[in-house]
Amino acid sequence: MALLEVQDLHVHYGAVHALQGISFTVEEGQVATLIGSNGAGKSTTLRTISGLVRPSSGSIRFDGQHIGAMAPHKIVRLGIAQSPEGRGVFANLTVHENLEIGAYTRNDRAEVARDRERVLHLFPRLRERLKQLSGTLSGGEQQMLAIARALLARPRLLLLDEPSLGLAPQIVKTIFQIIREINESGTTILLVEQNAHMALRAANQGYVLEVGKIVLADDAHKLSQSDEVRKAYLGIS
Amino acid sequence: MATLAERAKSLRPSASKMALDSVGPVVLAIGLTLLLHFVVGPAVGHSGTKILLDMGINIVLAVSLNMVNGFTGQFSIGHAGFMAIGGYTAGIVTYYGGYKLFGTTNPTGGFLGAGQWLFALSCIAGAVTSGFFGYLVGLPSLRLKGDYLALVTLGFGEIVCVLLTQSGAVVPASGIDAVPAWQLPYHVGGAVGFSPLPFYTNLFWVYLFVCITVLFAYRLKESNHGRALLSIREDEIAAEASGIAVTPIKVRAFAFSAAFAGVAGGLYFHLLGALPKPGELGFQKSFEIIIMVVLGGMGSVSGTILAAIVLTILPEVLREFSDYRMVVYALALVLMMLVRPQGLFGIREIWELGRERRKKARGSR
Repeated sequence: MALLEVQDLHVHYGAVHALQGISFTVEEGQVATLIGSNGAGKSTTLRTISGLVRPSSGSIRFDGQHIGAMAPHKIVRLGIAQSPEGRGVFANLTVHENLEIGAYTRNDRAEVARDRERVLHLFPRLRERLKQLSGTLSGGEQQMLAIARALLARPRLLLLDEPSLGLAPQIVKTIFQIIREINESGTTILLVEQNAHMALRAANQGYVLEVGKIVLADDAHKLSQSDEVRKAYLGIS
Repeated sequence: MATLAERAKSLRPSASKMALDSVGPVVLAIGLTLLLHFVVGPAVGHSGTKILLDMGINIVLAVSLNMVNGFTGQFSIGHAGFMAIGGYTAGIVTYYGGYKLFGTTNPTGGFLGAGQWLFALSCIAGAVTSGFFGYLVGLPSLRLKGDYLALVTLGFGEIVCVLLTQSGAVVPASGIDAVPAWQLPYHVGGAVGFSPLPFYTNLFWVYLFVCITVLFAYRLKESNHGRALLSIREDEIAAEASGIAVTPIKVRAFAFSAAFAGVAGGLYFHLLGALPKPGELGFQKSFEIIIMVVLGGMGSVSGTILAAIVLTILPEVLREFSDYRMVVYALALVLMMLVRPQGLFGIREIWELGRERRKKARGSR
């Protein structure tokens, strides 16, 4: 059974039919990616899974449990953490404080301390800046912090919303390298990206979203070879 | 590698440190209040004592409002309304309750005598009532974002004032027995105000409650709950995505803030020279408190304490300028906001300030 199963999901923003019945699955231990252009509904999908947006119909099952109508803070406790679009770091708090909030739902202090070490090992840049206000970090460092903060909730499923947004190519590379490392250590990842090239290289399974519908679903490698994707998203003709 | 249990044990502070951390502040607080009451109070005379009392009450008001406006980033402008609820509740307890207990509406007993304990109890009753109302007001309005809370709290403060203006005249001591007990809370003086209440407020009780408020606020800020509040202020969606139940925790902060405003109300109502009437507790009073919070730094406990002290003393110092003093006061505020729009200390504490500047210098390389 898949770790995450989304079935016939519909979301409305007022009169706008943002998601028009999408279905997809994320297998345990894998990286799945949703690619698509602006306004395709990628972020809406993530926000619906994490409970920030309410679906109008359809089902979301995490590890067999229905989470479609659950409050976001309960979903985090079940094991889904999100690094939100635009990073959403707490600018006036230090890096250290941001990480503490990431572990807000947990009471096992010693385990949190150990996870913090692990995360800082993944992101050595953050260790250098623990006492710094996170608003003063560079864009790439803020993205690292957003991912690190989500990891401290110790999720089984990590939702990443556009981790490459507005970052220099060199930093995008580093971040995707780390995303792979996170996955190798056992965390399942659902990645939303406009940077289809990087996303499909990192993922096992890929889905292409177009105006609220999934138009293609395949093995990520095969997707990156297909003509439609190459033309529309990879800019190769 | 050590086992988990061993690691957990090594992270736990030693028993002596824990005892010092928990008992230390209490001993310090009681020492400070006794010092103020018996040494400082007599030394500064009547007018000095009055300023110190006002200052203490302002500190309680400003620090408690800071929990909502500062830590949580929600803009409440009805703090005086909660102060009124607490004050009237406390007044009913000491005036009518005092009569039922002691047979007189005058102050009873000396320092730490029976009357004073009733007074302390009345402040706590004020806190409970006010906190309950804070919960009721917060529950629907804190689901909304942005300016809605400001509007709702403004409206709430005014409703409290209007309702209190409509209340009946205070029953004099000679007539209390003739009125059924359940009707007594209605007779709180209307627009004229609730007087004559027994003057129980002294330096000891005011600064004891100051210490409790400040300790509560500071410990809250340093705790997991406090960090949750700060994160809500920074980015509500990201806070929600980090597993924080945003609305319930906002409502809780709002209720606690209202409760401490209720304590301040109780202290204010039993203060010699105070004006315990609805007209004094309108939105103008609320704004006075907001100014202290903004000036001190939204989220800085030590900053708001300092601002409350300065803004209590400033009008007294400026008395020489008589007619112009409010102009000077206003100018000082405008100037302050131009120079430091984030308030004196932003969200940090006084002692953290130097550290941060050094860090920034190092961080920028």
